[in-house]
Amino acid sequence: MRLALREMLRRPGQFMTAAVLLTLIAMLLMLLGGLLDGLILRSTGAIRAQRADLVVFSATAEQSFLRSRVTPETRAQVAAVPGVTSVGGIGVTQLGARIPGNGPRDLADVALFGYQQAPDGVPAPPADGEVWADSILQDNGVKQGQTLQLGPSRSKVKVVGFVDDVSYSGAGSLWANPATWRAVQNENRPASSVAPGVFQALVVRTSGSSSSVADAIDQATAESAGGATETVSLAAASDAIGGVKQQRSVFNQIIGVTLVIAAVVVALFFALLTVERVGLYGVLKAIGARSRTLFAGVVAQAAVVALTAAAVGTVFAVLLDVLLPPGAIPYQLLPSRVVISGVSLLIAAVIGSSFSLRRVLRVDPASAIGRAS
Amino acid sequence: MTAISPDPVLADTAPALQLDSVRKVYPTGDEEVVALDHATLTLGTDEIIALVGPSGSGKTTLCSIAGGILSPTEGTVVVAGEDITDYSQKQLTDFRREHVGFVFQGVNLIPFLTARENLLVVDEIGRRTGAAGRERADQLLEELGLADRAGHMPAELSGGQRQRVAIGRALMNDPDLVLFDEPTSALDTKLGEQVMDLIRNEMKSRGTAAIVVTHDERMTHYTDRIVHIVDGVLTE
Repeated sequence: MRLALREMLRRPGQFMTAAVLLTLIAMLLMLLGGLLDGLILRSTGAIRAQRADLVVFSATAEQSFLRSRVTPETRAQVAAVPGVTSVGGIGVTQLGARIPGNGPRDLADVALFGYQQAPDGVPAPPADGEVWADSILQDNGVKQGQTLQLGPSRSKVKVVGFVDDVSYSGAGSLWANPATWRAVQNENRPASSVAPGVFQALVVRTSGSSSSVADAIDQATAESAGGATETVSLAAASDAIGGVKQQRSVFNQIIGVTLVIAAVVVALFFALLTVERVGLYGVLKAIGARSRTLFAGVVAQAAVVALTAAAVGTVFAVLLDVLLPPGAIPYQLLPSRVVISGVSLLIAAVIGSSFSLRRVLRVDPASAIGRAS
Repeated sequence: MTAISPDPVLADTAPALQLDSVRKVYPTGDEEVVALDHATLTLGTDEIIALVGPSGSGKTTLCSIAGGILSPTEGTVVVAGEDITDYSQKQLTDFRREHVGFVFQGVNLIPFLTARENLLVVDEIGRRTGAAGRERADQLLEELGLADRAGHMPAELSGGQRQRVAIGRALMNDPDLVLFDEPTSALDTKLGEQVMDLIRNEMKSRGTAAIVVTHDERMTHYTDRIVHIVDGVLTE
């Protein structure tokens, strides 16, 4: 092992090709991971921010806010379920917003929420006709005090302040009281109007095991005249937002393929290196080195190369986070992602290098004798 | 054919090497090649022999069997009182590390290690004695006249100096038997004689036995005995 590490110190040039390739791969992994996290966080901010454990949809809605309706009767049944500590109604309408100062066709995508229970970072519901706006809408030119016109009916809402990390399905969110939301919904989507007291979903806080409370809620409403429900965790509700699962699966597949490439690069590189070292290994085996020791050296070298690459990749990820203008691309640097990327690269390198095991085992110590170097 | 079992009491006085009717056969396709044919050879504890023979005569096979790299097809091999005939590959590896020294043709030092580190490798892959190993390496380098070259890479050393480092490496594990594979083939006559002189002095002062494989009859007068090998058959 010490021999292998000393070789790296004395002949760093020999490992440069592998190190450069793995570093590029590490950078790609960090970028892909950061983009995935950025996309997902931007899609799910409004749901993640809910101070709740469960989201209750109507049973036929397939966890879509658009299709879901929860009546006051159902809500009363949910509130009565043991373990439910608080219930808040929530509804969302996705619209185009006209912003003063922008061109007539320059609409910003917004998601207007009507809410009762304030999510993290969002103050209590504002007065009629007023909204808290997602801070990412500032990139579209939205300013405090402006009046935005929403949807084809040009419903007017006034921005009274900004809130962070609450975007929904890639669009900036607006947070209004339930009456304002219903008014905007009914003006712009007359075909799917919402009656007073009705919400699209409920956010529920629980005490104790939230999954058993979820089952209890669905059982309690099963025979309800107001409509049965489907209750899911906050994480499941986030995943149900359009595109989230697909984005995650596509990115994870690309990340998986990238890791396979990393393993192949390491496998090829160390296979070549092992072929070059047949003479050296022959001598070392003849003087009593075990195959295990030599193989451990190969794996250690691959691990050092991978860790170096991961370290440079991390620096790159941090620089990207610092240098990218906010809102330019949906990139989010999460420490957990950096650790996962680094560890998976390390595992890929160890797997790749282990393909040299057979070659190391096959070196015959007898080859060191009767042969000039 | 009597097998000698290892006996710690006898170990000091047991011959360094006893080959008893050793045969080595390599299968090649349908035929068999006999590389060593009933070779019997005994080496005293501090005896140095020259093994002389043409290419393909079985010198390498004999050295490999004596040094615990290959196992014989038939016969018994006893090194310093330890019968290694039926040792597994792993046992042979451990045995070599503890009891045998090798000086390879073309020296074969590890190119990215200094002279001193080349000696210390033996300790690192083996017992890891730490300070004791470092002390032994320094002492050997001093004896071999390389104290001032200890920190040099093989590429910075002359041919003779490299050969001396290789001898130092072979002696690091305090072996019972050292195998020299053409130690002078890359050196001119004068340097070759110096190296043979050094080998003889080092072996005799330590009471260590050695087999010196050579083509060069001029070097054989530094050894106690000459053993010829032709087509796998030993003659004196």
